[in-house]
Amino acid sequence: MSGSEVVIVGGGVTGLSAGWWLARSGVKVTVLDKFIVGWEASGRNGGGASHYSSPLFDEEQRLWPQMDDLLGYPTEHQKERILIAMTERQWEQYRFVAARHQRLDHPVEVLDVKQVQEMVPLAGDNCFGGVHYKFGGHANPQRSVQAYAWALQDLGGTIHQHSPVTGFETAGGKVTAVKTANATYGCDAVVVAAGPQIPKLMAQLGVTVPLAAARAEMIITEPAPMMPIGGVDGHKLYGRQTMRGNLAYGGGPHEWLDVDEAGPAARPSTPLARNLARRLAELLPKAAHLNVIRSWAGVIENSPDGRPIIDRLTSPDNVVVASMSSVGFGLSPASGHAIHDLVIDGKCSFADIDILKLSRFAGLEPDWRERRGWTALA
Amino acid sequence: MELNFTGTDICAVGGTRSPTEAHYDVVVVGAGPSGIAAALEAKQTGASVLLVDENPVSGALMCNDVPLYFGGRMTAATQNSERMLEAVFMSMPALESAIETEVELLLGTSAWGVYRNGPGLQSLPEQVVGLADAERSWLVGFDRIVLATGARDLALAFPGWNQPGVMGAAALQLLLTRYAAFAGRRILILGSHDLALETALLALEHGLEVAGLVEVRAAPQGSAELVAKLVQARIAIHCGAAIASARGGIDGIEAATLTSGETIACDTICAAVGLIPSIELVDAMHGPRELDARRGGYVPRGEPTVSAVGLCAGLADTGFDHIAYRMDWTRALAEVCVPDTIICQCEEVTRADLLGVQPPNYLTRPAPMCARSLETLLEDGPANPDQIKRLTRAGMGVCQGRRCRDQVAMLLALESGQPFAAIPLASHRAPVRPLPMKILADWHEPAEMEAAWDVWFGIPTQWVPVQDIGTPYEDEHRGMLYTGMYE
Repeated sequence: MSGSEVVIVGGGVTGLSAGWWLARSGVKVTVLDKFIVGWEASGRNGGGASHYSSPLFDEEQRLWPQMDDLLGYPTEHQKERILIAMTERQWEQYRFVAARHQRLDHPVEVLDVKQVQEMVPLAGDNCFGGVHYKFGGHANPQRSVQAYAWALQDLGGTIHQHSPVTGFETAGGKVTAVKTANATYGCDAVVVAAGPQIPKLMAQLGVTVPLAAARAEMIITEPAPMMPIGGVDGHKLYGRQTMRGNLAYGGGPHEWLDVDEAGPAARPSTPLARNLARRLAELLPKAAHLNVIRSWAGVIENSPDGRPIIDRLTSPDNVVVASMSSVGFGLSPASGHAIHDLVIDGKCSFADIDILKLSRFAGLEPDWRERRGWTALA
Repeated sequence: MELNFTGTDICAVGGTRSPTEAHYDVVVVGAGPSGIAAALEAKQTGASVLLVDENPVSGALMCNDVPLYFGGRMTAATQNSERMLEAVFMSMPALESAIETEVELLLGTSAWGVYRNGPGLQSLPEQVVGLADAERSWLVGFDRIVLATGARDLALAFPGWNQPGVMGAAALQLLLTRYAAFAGRRILILGSHDLALETALLALEHGLEVAGLVEVRAAPQGSAELVAKLVQARIAIHCGAAIASARGGIDGIEAATLTSGETIACDTICAAVGLIPSIELVDAMHGPRELDARRGGYVPRGEPTVSAVGLCAGLADTGFDHIAYRMDWTRALAEVCVPDTIICQCEEVTRADLLGVQPPNYLTRPAPMCARSLETLLEDGPANPDQIKRLTRAGMGVCQGRRCRDQVAMLLALESGQPFAAIPLASHRAPVRPLPMKILADWHEPAEMEAAWDVWFGIPTQWVPVQDIGTPYEDEHRGMLYTGMYE
């Protein structure tokens, strides 16, 4: 497809990675974003890169250690993770998770309290134990998303920020152009990776994509002394220590929202910061004196089964739709590769991703959100 | 896996609200003259009124230049919280009359967030303000909130500004008038508008030496009456000059050199070029605000349930264009700053790295990274301080951007050739005061919170390894990791 044009709707981490992969293949890529690249959930997340439940896992693990070199920009990728149990129930659950990893040949080690404290100096003797994942890791979402954008530009790709997509032009069962308020971009293929805005955009093409949006939030502390492994989870929190030392953690209740074509109207954080602070103070008691200096929220979308949708449609047949269902950041090196393959060959070259097809929701009840209680509060 | 949905997502916010400890008809934040007046006025209508003030601020916060730019020039007395509490209370006689009218007064108590329902948030049972003292944090509901949070210092970078003894006028005034805890003796003041002139006169009243005033414009900017008083006191106003550098020793500032070449001995350099209305709470709650150059910056637009009084609502409008004045200072100091001049002290971001949009120096900078700059970033869209923050970390530190956010915005305006008004306001986020995790923490949360707490969405199929789908392992996974959400 060299020389042809692919328009990517959405300059989040998924769209940008796809664009970068396509640009590497010599495809002319144009990315359209409603605001600034990575301004929604792609730049507002925990930075985790350890998605063992995904068919894209192996590719995710293969690529992350190379990403700084491949992109030419720093992503702050760091290897490995530790999961710390703070209650007896968590200890039971986390050991179950460890056993599952062992069964799946993922390298893990179960840690006693002393070992946890050695590897996580901010932890206390109030934990039950931990699990060391000798795989996975984390990176800086904001830096990584800009790295994809810049790398894509370095390969000749174009990014138009402040360019919300308003619709499509179709002919002969294909999308022939993508429209914004001020311009029309002719294309040979389209990738729709617009996060929570996907359903309303795809409805314009007569395609139903079941996604529900929600808000989730995190807190950030001032820098703590650097720990040997910054990817510390547990106590039903996710997060990381940044390379600067800050602790960035989230978890807990989300709030379902209705999001229209324009995207989230706001991303307010809430007093949940107090509940996050409590759990983080319990998880890392030697950091409990540190100041919380920010909180923020992001809006992410989920599919009915919580798994991504990465699919090339049959009609129009030059459209790939991609929602990572709230786990997009870490998988981005691999999701971009898969999307690239679907655009070019109609098939993923490195993994069986049939389970991510949109058609699995063909029989979905129209009231699927209500049935799950995934509806916005009045 | 067969799932029977219950119609309720117990991991969503529905049943897990944070309870408030009290409810007041009116909460007033800030017990300066305007806040006290607002509290008394509300009390006269029969309302229940809570008046909170963060003073005395803890010594630890002052060391981080929060909420004002103290520049390390507070005495050791500020480490004694009881003594400070007494000093602060005694310095404001009106506080006593407020208490007599049964306004509930809490000193040493900061308001770190205001929350209410709006776009993207509908789960709050009422609008609440988050409060914290030295021991704990809590939530208070209210019908109306009055923000009397005052104004904070505008800090400006020049070579040598990042050492003890460089401070702001609001911090100096607070230390002199309310804390009686200023550690300096001889002050060089930057600026010559009313703020600078008043600060100089106040310092003289307190028996301090004023080493002079420095003004980048050709003539003194403030009222003729105040200028005359300083002339009478034989205080020099160095016009048409900027500070070129400051040198110091272990205790901080010892002397400043002006662009005229003159060197002036001093132990304190007080930035009195401008005050910024303290709108952190308004902005963090997505309240409406607008730029008003004659009132000192962004000011709250006011709403039925959220009002601002005093300096928080804007500086007195005398027709003076504060933004144009600050931009003149920014332009003059841009001439004296070198590439290595630190702009963000917390994150040690230099001017070169800020304008080069370079990452912190613990990251490598391959050739493509080095080729990027503000100039290349501007090809993609207008300058946005929040994007610059993400890339450079300028404004991400423990002072919460107080020392650099305004300068960064002005530098972006200068370097991108845009008017200041075209640069978006960098976002403020709760907690708008740095709060120790153990103090912010809700140690008495309702049991429903824990019951509903999941690390992510609590979707039973989300984390089942792809190899396990359709095998008995899938049910085992659900049984072990998900409880209560689905039948």
